[in-house]
Amino acid sequence: MSESTPAMFGIHGAAISLRQERLKLLASNIANADTPNYKARDLDFEAALKRAIGEQLPGSPTQTHAAHASGAPPGAEDGLVYRLPLQPSLDGNTVDGEYEKASFARAALEYRASLNFVEGRVRRLMTAITGS
Amino acid sequence: MPSMKIFDIAGSAMAAQSVRLNTVASNLANAGNVSGDPKTVYKPVEPVFQTHAIDPSQPGIGGVRVVRIEQSQAEPIKRYEPGNPLADEQGYVYAPDIDPVAQMVNMMSAARAYQADVEMLNTTKELALATLNVGR
Repeated sequence: MSESTPAMFGIHGAAISLRQERLKLLASNIANADTPNYKARDLDFEAALKRAIGEQLPGSPTQTHAAHASGAPPGAEDGLVYRLPLQPSLDGNTVDGEYEKASFARAALEYRASLNFVEGRVRRLMTAITGS
Repeated sequence: MPSMKIFDIAGSAMAAQSVRLNTVASNLANAGNVSGDPKTVYKPVEPVFQTHAIDPSQPGIGGVRVVRIEQSQAEPIKRYEPGNPLADEQGYVYAPDIDPVAQMVNMMSAARAYQADVEMLNTTKELALATLNVGR
């Protein structure tokens, strides 16, 4: 969505679409809390946001030729990482219900924060347009 | 707006957990059934869950699907009850091997998971409504 988000939203336009993506991931984790062999995943938000706004991560290799490897760890090109299970279960499921629920609550709050920033930009723009 | 896909994910998880609750109810209701033939005795059932990818480009993320309902292959319990009208010629009846405590634990686990899904749905709905009201 970052390409289609108008520039007036700045970093918050990219942030809100990533936060939405993260909410979807956490929802999938909670939904699959009882599915055998399901591996819980999360979004590396900082890395994903830096990639979305076209910034280099500190210490990450630079790609100087299109045929070179991107430098991102394999499987992490889209910013998705697997959770390290705190208490592995016999059926291969790595979801920790409480941790995921807490993360979801926090992610929902962060989404609201990003939404407030976007709303602030919209309001300022309206003030500029109407002049009142 | 928080992706509408979360509604699909939570909805499919709730459907799967309610199938699980149904199987528990069926197992507990039939725990006392006896039969004179070990082949016709009630077999405990249990659903098998699988991740159902909502977006084909992201396998491993998505809702839950009940792929099948598995029948337990546990041997029925053989009891000597010659007075039972269902008993076979030797006086034996067969009862399904159902552990009520395990079934109750399964039921509580399913109910809690269902609750978590409902909470998730409510949070997502609030976020979606807040997003729709941007600029009002």
